[in-house]
Amino acid sequence: MEVDLLDRKLVFVTGKGGVGKTTITAAIGILASQQGKRTLICEVDAKGDVAGLLETRPTGFEPREVQPRLFAMSMDTEASLREYLQLQLRLPLVARLGPLARTFDFVANAAPGVKEILIVGKLAYEVRERHYDLVVVDAPATGHVVGQLAAPQAINDLVRVGLIRNQTDWMLEILEDAATTGVVIVAAPEEMPVTETLELVGRLRTETRVDLAGIVVNRVLPELFGRREEELFERLREPDALATLDDAVPGAVEPVLEGARLAVTLRRTRAGHLTRLREGADGVPLLYVPYLFARTQGLRTTRQIAEALGAELGL
Amino acid sequence: MPRRTEKAVSTLEQLLAAKEIAVTAGSGGVGKTTVAAALGVLATVNLGGKVLVLTVDPARRLANAMGLEAFGNVEVRVPDAAFDQAGAEPRGELWAAMLDTKASWDDLVRRHAPDAATRDRILENPLYRNITGKFVQSHDYIAMERLYELHHTGEYDLIVVDTPPTRNAIDFLEAPERMADFFSSRLLRWLLAPYQSRFFNVASKPFYQVADRILGSQFLEDIAEFFMLFQTMHEGFVQRAREVTRLLEDRRTTFVVVSTLEPAPVREAEFFIDALSDRRFHLGGLVLNKVLPGYFRRSDATGAAKQLCAEAEVIAAKLPAAVGEPADIARVLREVGESFLNFQVVAKREAEQRAELAAAPDVVATAPYFETDIFDLGGLCRLGEAIWR
Repeated sequence: MEVDLLDRKLVFVTGKGGVGKTTITAAIGILASQQGKRTLICEVDAKGDVAGLLETRPTGFEPREVQPRLFAMSMDTEASLREYLQLQLRLPLVARLGPLARTFDFVANAAPGVKEILIVGKLAYEVRERHYDLVVVDAPATGHVVGQLAAPQAINDLVRVGLIRNQTDWMLEILEDAATTGVVIVAAPEEMPVTETLELVGRLRTETRVDLAGIVVNRVLPELFGRREEELFERLREPDALATLDDAVPGAVEPVLEGARLAVTLRRTRAGHLTRLREGADGVPLLYVPYLFARTQGLRTTRQIAEALGAELGL
Repeated sequence: MPRRTEKAVSTLEQLLAAKEIAVTAGSGGVGKTTVAAALGVLATVNLGGKVLVLTVDPARRLANAMGLEAFGNVEVRVPDAAFDQAGAEPRGELWAAMLDTKASWDDLVRRHAPDAATRDRILENPLYRNITGKFVQSHDYIAMERLYELHHTGEYDLIVVDTPPTRNAIDFLEAPERMADFFSSRLLRWLLAPYQSRFFNVASKPFYQVADRILGSQFLEDIAEFFMLFQTMHEGFVQRAREVTRLLEDRRTTFVVVSTLEPAPVREAEFFIDALSDRRFHLGGLVLNKVLPGYFRRSDATGAAKQLCAEAEVIAAKLPAAVGEPADIARVLREVGESFLNFQVVAKREAEQRAELAAAPDVVATAPYFETDIFDLGGLCRLGEAIWR
């Protein structure tokens, strides 16, 4: 496998809502920490799903070690601003004086680009200071992530001089270095997720200079039969065979066959979307993660996903 | 014998017949936009009148599914031919529009700007262009604003609108209020005061010196100009934002929460249902989408599936030779049995999730997992029929 995913320093994980973006983020974090890397997972949307997937108490702005070498935090722009003022601009006194901080927060709310840069800035800072070997970001969904990744450039265009300008310069250096930073798009083999993934591939290339590290195809259904077996399955559903089955098997056999037919149809429809994705992905590596028929969602399933992803990465 | 009290509204048909606005909400990827379109189609077919589907999702395929090449900020009528092809007979007219954030903001500025010069300066301010063009949060407000405007024309009997894919499903509910707060903010006035004075000199105020060092003077000036220009629209804006909130709270408006039965969307749906009731918005219905068929939960099928796995060879031997080699048959039977048991695990979890969610809303409707994608009006009709009555 050519993907040097875990060798990068900053990985943004995005994807259409509902495809399992957070799960894949957590899985990458688990994999990296198992490889001995000091890893930070950062949840930007702060829905708290990472805590559930890793079965730990809610995360905050201050990173906490949740498993050996694996740290988790959730983004908080206000806290990020405070840290920024103290560390970057060396303005501890002013930062503690209310009005400036409040005005900044206010400007950040009014001009959301500022908020986005506080997020990207915090992440890039952790990378620059080498606090971690890898920072994995549960980034916003496909529609929003470009705005976030493009924010430093946008601010750069708006602000010609001053300290902010110096800030965005080093952020861009980190973001635009393919050996350092990469984006992972999570897709599911369904129509809209594939369409949005392909659109995002195009937008990332035209609107940002951030490298696309790979596409994770999540929830791939298992293939029940090969073609010859599928024909055999069809013959099982003919009246003669069905009557024999009914006699031979206690209970209701028809729903069982119907269920298998649905599974076959779903798999076939999805195979079409997968083909479209492969053809449109334009050389970006694809990693496949199977659908889990799981009763619950928690650390156990996250580990299973990590294992499957690790196999795809050749670990 | 005491009469059973019937719920006044128990189907989406009854719900929408009594409303002017239906807002679909839920987390991303649950089929919100498609459900909104399907409800619009069914309302047109069954209720009549003029129905508008307002979408914020630029899904080209949805336009195609409605028999349109594309649609934008201006409403376009769905051709009757599209209904003909689907074998449906519309009693009313179906219209569709898509939110264009930039165009809608520009319209808003044109409406509220006190004069042509101010209008042009706002439209050309770099900060304004960035906020409306590039950044996300302005979608929330403008979506609700556009809804208000369309409703206000009185053109439509029913508007079905899907909500922006916000990072937090309730963001858009609060957007009008946030906008009003923003323009009424004392902090804003305090920030701008020096710029409004002829005698203002950046160098004279320590705060501005610091801000200037950090932001650069050009950017600071852009910000100041932006806020100052927007101040001129203050009255109109605040009033409008309050009216938008009132409309969302009105009894003529209802919310339809859409969710699949996957754990994460369910959590978000629960959160959203709570948020609606906290804010006294009307939760009319819950649409559970992409639900596995009920037969996966049949206990008499569980036994059969287990038997297929355990006794595959014995059963295979009994089947007619025409079906295939016994060894091949056995392999297929085992796969079939295992697959059923796998899906059953998911189906049972879904049933549990459903029970938890279904308590609050008047109407709960379930749409099955369609085996093929929805690509035409016929597909929207099929989905609509599944949830309508």
